[in-house]
Amino acid sequence: MIPEIGHLALILALGLALVQCILPLAGAQRGIVGWMATARPAAYGQFLFLCVAFVCLAASFLASDFSVLYVANNSNTALPWPYRIAAVWGAHEGSLLLWSLILTVWMVAVGRFSAGMTLAFRSRVLAVMGGINVAFLLFMILTSNPFVRHFPAPAEGRDLNPLLQDPGLVVHPPMLYMGYVGFSVAFSFALAALIGGHLDAAWARWSRPWTVVAWLFLTLGITLGSWWAYYELGWGGFWFWDPVENASFMPWLVGTALIHSLAVTDKRDAFKAWTCLLAICAFSLSLLGTFLVRSGVLTSVHAFATDPKRGVFILVILAITVGGSLLLYAIRAPRIHDTGQFEPASREGALLLNNIVLMVAAASVLLGTLYPLVLDALDLGKISVGPPYFNTVVLPLLGGLGLVLGIGPIMHWKRQEMRDLARRIGWAPLLALVFAGVVVGWRGGEHFLQAVAGLFVATWVVLTAIQGVRERLVHQHGFAGMARALSRGFVGMTLAHLGLAAGITGVTLTSLYGVERDVPLKRGESAEAGSYQFRLDGLRDVLGPNYQAIEAKVTVSRDDETVAVLKPQKRVYRVQTEAMTEAAIDPGLFRDLFVAMGEPIRDDGFSLRIQYKPGVRLIWLGGLMMVLGGMLAASDRRYRVALRRARDVLPEGVAAV
Amino acid sequence: MPVLALLVLFTVFGPALAADPAVFRFEDAGSEARFQALTKELRCLVCQNQSLADSHAELAGDLRREVHAMMKAGKADREIVEFLVRRYGDFVLYRPPLDPRTAALWLGPIGLFLLAGLVGFIALRRRGATPPPEVAAEERARILALLQSGPENGATGTPSHKI
Amino acid sequence: MLRYGLPLLVFGVILYFLFGGLSRDPRLVPSPLVGKPAPAFDLPQLRTPETRSSQADLVGTPTLVNVWASWCVACRDEHEVLLRLARARRVRVLGLNYKDERDNALDWLSRLGDPYESIIVDADGRAAIDWGVYGVPESFLVDAKGIIRYKHVGPLTWALVEDELFPLLKKSPGRP
Repeated sequence: MIPEIGHLALILALGLALVQCILPLAGAQRGIVGWMATARPAAYGQFLFLCVAFVCLAASFLASDFSVLYVANNSNTALPWPYRIAAVWGAHEGSLLLWSLILTVWMVAVGRFSAGMTLAFRSRVLAVMGGINVAFLLFMILTSNPFVRHFPAPAEGRDLNPLLQDPGLVVHPPMLYMGYVGFSVAFSFALAALIGGHLDAAWARWSRPWTVVAWLFLTLGITLGSWWAYYELGWGGFWFWDPVENASFMPWLVGTALIHSLAVTDKRDAFKAWTCLLAICAFSLSLLGTFLVRSGVLTSVHAFATDPKRGVFILVILAITVGGSLLLYAIRAPRIHDTGQFEPASREGALLLNNIVLMVAAASVLLGTLYPLVLDALDLGKISVGPPYFNTVVLPLLGGLGLVLGIGPIMHWKRQEMRDLARRIGWAPLLALVFAGVVVGWRGGEHFLQAVAGLFVATWVVLTAIQGVRERLVHQHGFAGMARALSRGFVGMTLAHLGLAAGITGVTLTSLYGVERDVPLKRGESAEAGSYQFRLDGLRDVLGPNYQAIEAKVTVSRDDETVAVLKPQKRVYRVQTEAMTEAAIDPGLFRDLFVAMGEPIRDDGFSLRIQYKPGVRLIWLGGLMMVLGGMLAASDRRYRVALRRARDVLPEGVAAV
Repeated sequence: MPVLALLVLFTVFGPALAADPAVFRFEDAGSEARFQALTKELRCLVCQNQSLADSHAELAGDLRREVHAMMKAGKADREIVEFLVRRYGDFVLYRPPLDPRTAALWLGPIGLFLLAGLVGFIALRRRGATPPPEVAAEERARILALLQSGPENGATGTPSHKI
Repeated sequence: MLRYGLPLLVFGVILYFLFGGLSRDPRLVPSPLVGKPAPAFDLPQLRTPETRSSQADLVGTPTLVNVWASWCVACRDEHEVLLRLARARRVRVLGLNYKDERDNALDWLSRLGDPYESIIVDADGRAAIDWGVYGVPESFLVDAKGIIRYKHVGPLTWALVEDELFPLLKKSPGRP
């Protein structure tokens, strides 16, 4: 009964989505207030029905109702209950439900916090979002229904993929989806503006906080995913340039560009058409990611079970949504005119450069991801484009981004005297260079140039950030003045920039100074990595709730002093009989010690992957700093004030048309 | 479905022979690092999203053994890579070779960057050349009001001071 | 105008390739050995371990070299096809027993039937590497001159035999 309720709820949500997609849009075109007013209740209704569907699926998981095919395929009576909940989005069908549910969460948020907008604009925004949900609900109901029953019900489920039985899975996909789907808001704003023909600065001002919030969720999702892959996949890598990772990185790059160009559009009334295009691109790449992950056109470690029929369906969604919006853009964008004037040497110019670098990076990732597909389609053979390519192409671009990022925030809008800029930057470049050189020289080793380059950029970002803060504070007297000068927007931006510096430092240190060894060790033997001794002290059998494991005891010491005792496991899950590597990690801000088990060797021992990873935590710390920065920026006073003012002026439902 | 077959094959029913894992003891750190670097850039054909260094697949172990043997026999990296490419094609290379097929791949990013930079620069120059349009009086008043309205423009003004 | 239509154009191109990608298997790796002489080998026979075979034995008649093992589940699926192919007598079928136990392999053949004219044993998988094998079963069509003409990864089906193998056999002279 419960699955049928869920199924029904999906259908009802689809009905509401259809209404929300058509009526408000038609109403906005014709100026019929009653039609436009349906948008908000329809959005709230969809949210409610999708909540019902979600709860129904979760209940089926908790009750181990294996007559539901999706539950039978992804759960087991021995599965601990938190993972049963997480299993709701552990595979294709359920994750689509989560996708759709999150879209309605964003709709409700838009409906709730849209007080400053005109009714027509809000109606168009919600209509576009409703249209997106129509597509995804249709996709779910027609090809990927999580509530499909099968009889006779098996006595036992096939269990959740062991890789996903981890706390990381509980939070990673929802955060990621919040980001992906969140870009649909900026997308819908852009489309609403294009449809209505009012591409003014107001559109950008409304878009900004939404975009920042979506971006921070995506950043959080990617950071969590990277961290999860690090400790769960057993290789100790933080980024693999896998197609699925690229699928999340591309919208992130474009989203980052969007945040910055929105700032220009909002404050300076420039880049309007470009910003609009970025808003379309960011969400389009999210959709493309959905296609890449679920259609099976590319191989990936994280890919869902694939089915060509689904691939065609998503491709059609992609064609209509992206193709339609780009067509609208091609028609309407020529009419957009910017009023803001600026010289090439100005903050606008720096932000343009930022956008170019980010977009070239995104385009390169797209090129590398799709290139094998293109060559294959042209019958030119199969090639692989892997980490060596992406590292070669993208890392220098990110380094260049860091350089621009240093001066951008301290440049004047409109026009920046280069001499004045040079004066304010002062000794910062030299200081950064000396610092990087000294550190790298002291540390020694190969890769001198890359290491200096990485640390130089990071130090440069930090020094210029300090200069930015100083310039803000120098004229302020007293705490209150200082606090006022450091608006949340400014602090958030600075923090996010420092996050990039932390990330660059982490990547530089880990990839250039990290030590990774695969060593066969007999009991009692030891091996060295990064001046740490890893000694295999023992092996024992361990019995988990739904798996069996061999656990190694590895004592790590440095200068004959024990630093950590690590207990990695090699697990075999009973149902899916897949060998899983549970790495053991001794974390630290400056270095991680990592042990993962390989295969047993003759004479009582195991092959171990031992790693010394300096600065690896800085990568995720950097991600979290960006998230925090985004949170501060999104909660800046100007947005709160705008919201409050709008609410005071316009009581609910009387918003101007 | 070959895909499914392969997956089933290599995840569930491995070959019956139990061999030592293809993990080696090296005499010197240099050759170990060389082995690591080389196998990191080669793609495992079975799992396809792991390098030879990372993969636990049986074939990856066999290929690691081959690579190790060839290194011991004094073969250069280039020869070892050629050995694999002759058998499995360019697919095994995570770093695609630069040839006419991959020219767009390798040169695309830099070309795109230069093009974007050029287009951006020209657009800026042209924008700079056109005189600013007259701002209507009421518009100007509105802008002035906005500029004076306090915290909203807090981030726009940038005082200039020496470090 | 063109400036604003460019994104749509780029998207169209991407869409075209994505659509093309749907009908292709990204995991399938074409062999660079097709069109080249079969790799050299010198391996013992399964039934008579004291006799050895080499690539010279492939020359003369078109041969289907089938890589199989008794532990391979998918090999069971294609076994019927191989038996039928052997009965059709259009091509000589040669087995390459990959990383198997001799007893298990012989037991499998006595239970399921033996389509192979002869079987060579690749106990450590070294020969299979030379053949570019990455998943069992795999099948290679070697023509009468000893040139590899075709490779299939995964279990053979009769449809494949009729659509791919037989047309190639017609083109290559020398019947068994």
